[in-house]
Amino acid sequence: MSSHAASTAADSVMHSVGMHAGSLAATGGSSPSPLWYATRATGVVALLLLTATVVLGVAGIARVDAPALPRVVRSGLHRNVSLLALAFVCVHIVTTVLDPFTSISIVNAVVPFSSSYRPLWLGLGAIAFDLLLAVIVTSLLRSRLPYRAWHAVHWLAYASWPVALWHGLGTGTDSRLPWLLLLDAACVLGVAGAVWWRLRLADSGNVRLAGTIATSAFVLATIVFVAVGPLQHGWARRAGTPGLGAARVLPAQVRPGRVTTAPGASRLTPAPGHGESAIASYPSRRLGGSA
Amino acid sequence: MTQHHTGVPRARGAGTGRLTSSWHASGRPATLREHTACYGPPPQLSGRGRRELIDQVAASGLTGRGGAGFPTATKMRAVASGRGRPVVVANGMESEPASEKDQALLSRSPHLVLDGIATAAESIGATEAHLCLPRSRAWLIDAVLAAQDERYRAGLDRVPVTVHAMPHHYVSSEETALVRWLSGGEAKPMSTPPRPFERGAGKRPTLIDNAETLAHLALIGRYGGAWFRRAGAGGATGTMLTTVTGAVVRPGVYEVEAGLPVGDVLALAGLDGASEAVLIGGYFGTWHDLRTVTDLPLSAAGLRPAGGSPGAGVLVALPPGACGLAEAARILRYLASQSAQQCGPCIFGLPAIADDLSQLAAGRPDGDPLARLHRRLPVLVSRGACRHPDGAVRMAASALTAFAADVESHARHRSCQAAVRGRQDTPQSVETGRRPEYADSRDTEQFWDDDHRPAGAQYWSEGRRGQPDGRARWNAAPQRTALLPVPRPFAEGDWR
Amino acid sequence: MTQKVQIDRTACTGHGLCADLLPELIELDEWGYPIVVDTVPPGLTAHARRAVSACPALALRLARAPRQHEHR
Repeated sequence: MSSHAASTAADSVMHSVGMHAGSLAATGGSSPSPLWYATRATGVVALLLLTATVVLGVAGIARVDAPALPRVVRSGLHRNVSLLALAFVCVHIVTTVLDPFTSISIVNAVVPFSSSYRPLWLGLGAIAFDLLLAVIVTSLLRSRLPYRAWHAVHWLAYASWPVALWHGLGTGTDSRLPWLLLLDAACVLGVAGAVWWRLRLADSGNVRLAGTIATSAFVLATIVFVAVGPLQHGWARRAGTPGLGAARVLPAQVRPGRVTTAPGASRLTPAPGHGESAIASYPSRRLGGSA
Repeated sequence: MTQHHTGVPRARGAGTGRLTSSWHASGRPATLREHTACYGPPPQLSGRGRRELIDQVAASGLTGRGGAGFPTATKMRAVASGRGRPVVVANGMESEPASEKDQALLSRSPHLVLDGIATAAESIGATEAHLCLPRSRAWLIDAVLAAQDERYRAGLDRVPVTVHAMPHHYVSSEETALVRWLSGGEAKPMSTPPRPFERGAGKRPTLIDNAETLAHLALIGRYGGAWFRRAGAGGATGTMLTTVTGAVVRPGVYEVEAGLPVGDVLALAGLDGASEAVLIGGYFGTWHDLRTVTDLPLSAAGLRPAGGSPGAGVLVALPPGACGLAEAARILRYLASQSAQQCGPCIFGLPAIADDLSQLAAGRPDGDPLARLHRRLPVLVSRGACRHPDGAVRMAASALTAFAADVESHARHRSCQAAVRGRQDTPQSVETGRRPEYADSRDTEQFWDDDHRPAGAQYWSEGRRGQPDGRARWNAAPQRTALLPVPRPFAEGDWR
Repeated sequence: MTQKVQIDRTACTGHGLCADLLPELIELDEWGYPIVVDTVPPGLTAHARRAVSACPALALRLARAPRQHEHR
């Protein structure tokens, strides 16, 4: 094999790897910590559990006789799944706070809109968490509270779940991934379906109409939001990821063909040239809010 | 305490009596001066006098005249010893369609009731009092307010009495419904405990008494408990007001000795000799074969062996041409429509048994309505927040017993003439779980006229002077099978 | 001291969890509302408490049983 052909072959391999390497290289050079993955994973699981809780709460309490799942079981499941969801949300918050990649503090997790990282979307998460905490605490103390007070707070769950969903769509790193979009769609359909089914049992025609309209409007709004938000390019910047407001410079095109490097230098990591900067798909340590 | 005041006749077996004295004197509602001339000045109680009064009430044996028949002194003692400043509530609601005694008393002798409220308030140490009247009877409210005006100008009452115009449903006159409404809620019954005498209006111990009970209390305060006992028989003391309607020549409100035999009371009103059954106690009461009760005293103890109770002193004689089952079914449908819609057994159970009884009466059975009734009636007892379903069940069960022969003949021959004639008046079956629409019957105009005096009954017919009321007397003509007043249903949401 | 299950009839909306958890003492009528059949024997106290806390409408409570006539 002539060295020429070999180097050509090597070049094309390097070319394909290099493209990916180029886009993956953070200016800081360090790889994302496992905590970041944990945050994303626990977030998704928490959303799934929260969805299950809401579906059980909406559709499960109806006076329908399902011998396989008697009412007692449904209500017990509702309670336990909600506690599990809360546990996952807490882990989600802890990993986020501990993650060195972002500077989200515990205060940001509880006080809405106080963070510098995607303040709106993270703030929604804080709101959802606060509401969920209120619902769960009052439910644990149900026997000591007047029934009306407990019931009124419990209705906040109807606010907590959509807020959590939109938090996930807006903040989430993975919002674009098809499997996660599918999961989100399934959650939306699950809750909307449960609400539509439950509305059929409502006594008042006005309630039925208002509820159906509200639920359908929410489903539509979510679809529209996903289409013009996370699915579009540049969402991370629009969402408020700090440091991405600077002028973007496209990475230097790695032209096919010969690449000359100094002997001994690794061919897999082209050193950034003058004027280049890489766009990170997640926040870099150097550019993130610091100190 | 002054004894016997001249002008107050002792109660005889029937007729002119104590509560009706001032009416007999003048033939019209008594002014304050006439009232005082007839009965004497109201008692002024001092510290020891309070305890003494309650003792006198205990000695008199006065029991509640609103239907429950609870010993009044016991209730007063419980309220006086409760925690908090007591409140007195006078119940002038009279939601029982077949009863008119409280309206008569309050419009003819309001000062007696107002005296009674003042006496009760002073004796238990209450600092405020309330008189609850239905807002559908504006004429009654005017009469009471006019009497209050007179007393205010005379500087009579130390305890202020507020007259309230309440929403008027069948269950709104229940004790806890009054308490709930006075505390700012709807006029619907509440779950007990706590009972009003422990924690009632505004969380304070509340004495709730029927208007007639308070009127008797006013006289006991003047003349003492021993005087009260001079009338009465058959285990009951004093006199009582009764409303006698139905197959009688002179329907009206009569004051009679408590414990007078049922047959005697009916005879006072001129009972149709061919009548065979009587409803005692009102829509909440019980049906009886006349032969079994005609000699029994009209008192709680006297009627207990027959499974009945005088209730608010209501007697309705069944006309000879009427079908008892059809009438009972009409009442049951009315009671079902008057549920406060709070408790499941009442919301669903009452329309179900009303439907069953209607099918039985109309001879159009769907399955076996009698068997369904026997199965459902015991299940509905004591499973509501108030005694509404209990009363309905008791009435229905007594109809099945008293008209057992009719039940059989309906089952065999599908119906009776009287029920067929009455069917035009009656609405179709009641849809379970929903508040039924009630068809207006001819009687609605005559018996339940919101802005006018109730027609069809004469008041104080015994020994009455002055002009008759001028309304048509209800005629027990055989072709009228619809006999019981069917009030117009009230608008949904009309509970505040 | 025997206990009995007391039901606040205005709060009860007929969910029926009590009958599922305490079938020995609570039956449902044909419309789904509870009928208390008996007082609580000592062995079922824990189950009764669970039924009380499981009621979605908080309509149940445990109270001392009166010695007189039973109240459903």
